[in-house]
Amino acid sequence: MTQSASSFLVPLVRPPMAPEARRWAGRMVVLAASVLLVAIAAAQALEASGTLALGLGTWRLSLYAYLVWAVALGVGQVMMRGEAGYKALFLLPALLFTVALVIFPTIFGLYIAFSEWNLSSFEGQKFNGLDNLRTLINDAYFWNALRNMTFYVLSVFVQYALAFGLALLLNADIRARKFFRVAFLLPFMLSPVAVSWMIGKSLMEFRFGPLAALMRHLGWDNPAFFATPWIARFSIIALDAWVWIPFMIIMLLAGLQAIPKDIQEAAKVDGASSWSTFWQITFPLMLPVSVTTIILRIIFQLKLADIVINTTSGGPGGATDTISSFIFREYRDRSNVGYGTMVAEVYLVLIIVFMTLLLNAVGRFMRREAAL
Amino acid sequence: MSGLGMDHSYQVSKQPWNWTRMSGRVLIYSALLIWAFICLFPIFWTVSTSFKTAVNVTQGDIIPFIGRFQGDWKGWRALGLSPDTIFQISTVRDEFLLRFANSLIVSIGAPVLAVLIGAPAAYGLSRFQYKFGPWKNKDISFFFLSQLLLPPVVLAMPFLVLYKELALLDSVIGLILIYTLMVLPIVIWIMRDQFDTIPIELEQAAMVDGCGVWGAFIRIVLPIALPGMVAAFILAVILCWNEYFFAALLTSTSAKTLPVMVASQTGSQGISWWTMAALATGAIAPLVVIGVFLERYIVKGLTAGAVK
Repeated sequence: MTQSASSFLVPLVRPPMAPEARRWAGRMVVLAASVLLVAIAAAQALEASGTLALGLGTWRLSLYAYLVWAVALGVGQVMMRGEAGYKALFLLPALLFTVALVIFPTIFGLYIAFSEWNLSSFEGQKFNGLDNLRTLINDAYFWNALRNMTFYVLSVFVQYALAFGLALLLNADIRARKFFRVAFLLPFMLSPVAVSWMIGKSLMEFRFGPLAALMRHLGWDNPAFFATPWIARFSIIALDAWVWIPFMIIMLLAGLQAIPKDIQEAAKVDGASSWSTFWQITFPLMLPVSVTTIILRIIFQLKLADIVINTTSGGPGGATDTISSFIFREYRDRSNVGYGTMVAEVYLVLIIVFMTLLLNAVGRFMRREAAL
Repeated sequence: MSGLGMDHSYQVSKQPWNWTRMSGRVLIYSALLIWAFICLFPIFWTVSTSFKTAVNVTQGDIIPFIGRFQGDWKGWRALGLSPDTIFQISTVRDEFLLRFANSLIVSIGAPVLAVLIGAPAAYGLSRFQYKFGPWKNKDISFFFLSQLLLPPVVLAMPFLVLYKELALLDSVIGLILIYTLMVLPIVIWIMRDQFDTIPIELEQAAMVDGCGVWGAFIRIVLPIALPGMVAAFILAVILCWNEYFFAALLTSTSAKTLPVMVASQTGSQGISWWTMAALATGAIAPLVVIGVFLERYIVKGLTAGAVK
């Protein structure tokens, strides 16, 4: 989304500078609030470390101090900078909110990651350097989960092919399009937890599930969808596809509808078959939308957890584990906070590296396509 | 767009029909119907199973009102929501309604907060040139969007500890805060896309008439951007209603949401299918209603920025 400077909203008349007294008052407001915030935080830190007994209770007070500081910062901006301050006010709430809720946990997460901390033991937190990292490198379950992730990410392409086909069908001139669109969208709206039961635990249930009955009817004697590693993996993928294909259909359908009809008409007039029209005209025109869809889908796929946690809990023997479900069990069942957080941080680094590489590769590919 | 599609269909239907065309239509419609069946059957299955008895489940009855499957309130009775138990005291119903209410509060509160702080931010990023040190609009936008990459597992433990210190653990406020963080990038993305389509001259005219930036934003731009705002809001509602990961880790008794309740019941062995189905129906019903009536907005929200 590029913007030329002219598309920005600039005031027609240059607003007058705020008077000196007001600017000074604004600075004072911000300064006072900052001093208050630092003082309260420091007092609470002292209390937490046990040097002072002030009876301040939880850190809630610091949270309120931060809120006061944020408001003071906004007021101060307006007093100091006038018009520009009002403009900063648009962005400040979202920015301060995100920074407070992300920066702190990220730093704190690193601190936890390098310590041994099991909530169920009495010992509490203990710094242990790189031990967690060493455990991780030797943890077969982690590597296994990572392998599964590659598999799950690759499955996105299969889902994409299916979704593209369905989007093409929806884009054909059909009756009752509204009905089909709503029907195709519904799976995406349902809670993955409910879906885990609806499909994973009842439709695919070994004894009474209709899908199992259908499979028996088709000649599979022992339709256990979650008993052997590969079948379980494919079952999870089927569930995941059921939830996420609607999203891809909608994105691709929007792309198809944006293609001018006359281009395809012209190809038809020239006598091209619909097969070659698709590969030579529709598909190349759809490339940008396709890339966006697949990338978004991969981002969501990297967070895949709910379905796995609730259908198989990663079983059998870790065959369906994702990194998220693996960490979830580490937290939930073993209360192993330190190690779980280390896995999460390593995973975050892997995601950032992978996405950077992917986006670079895609960028280069798209530029080459555009040049051709 | 739809006008074009209409012309197209008239033109095609005037062609004399032949066998290739006919078989093509049959193929298209059967593929569409098969996929519609795949999408809808699990929903039908869940709703119908909530009215089954033990024998219906074990015999695999599917179509209601035929033979054995006459419908029974068993599943709903266990939740205290069948006609004969609705006025009686039921602890399960209280539990269910409490979870439902929690889910409702959280999945309305967080989107409201996200739109409240996200819409102005998106407007600012669309209209003004910011400069915080080395960071300009592009970097700030990227900062917000990059939050999408953050997997919940990375934030979960620090938040657990942070909330413990702030006494926000197992509280609705705590969940609202973290859900707001989760949907904020999406809200900003959709709203920015929406604001970019609104011509800047409108605000310039308003400012000539003496409106400030905020006045122009609230009185001129917001009413025009309402469809985008509704789209962002609804998408955020869906995401919050379905969220399980944070709810499972950060709540225990008082702030537990519906997905956590559903999940905890799935795990237990003793629970019967009809009760589970009734519970799942309760969890998906609001979203099915939203999906059927507000499909237009969901599509608008999902495709924001994807097609230029």
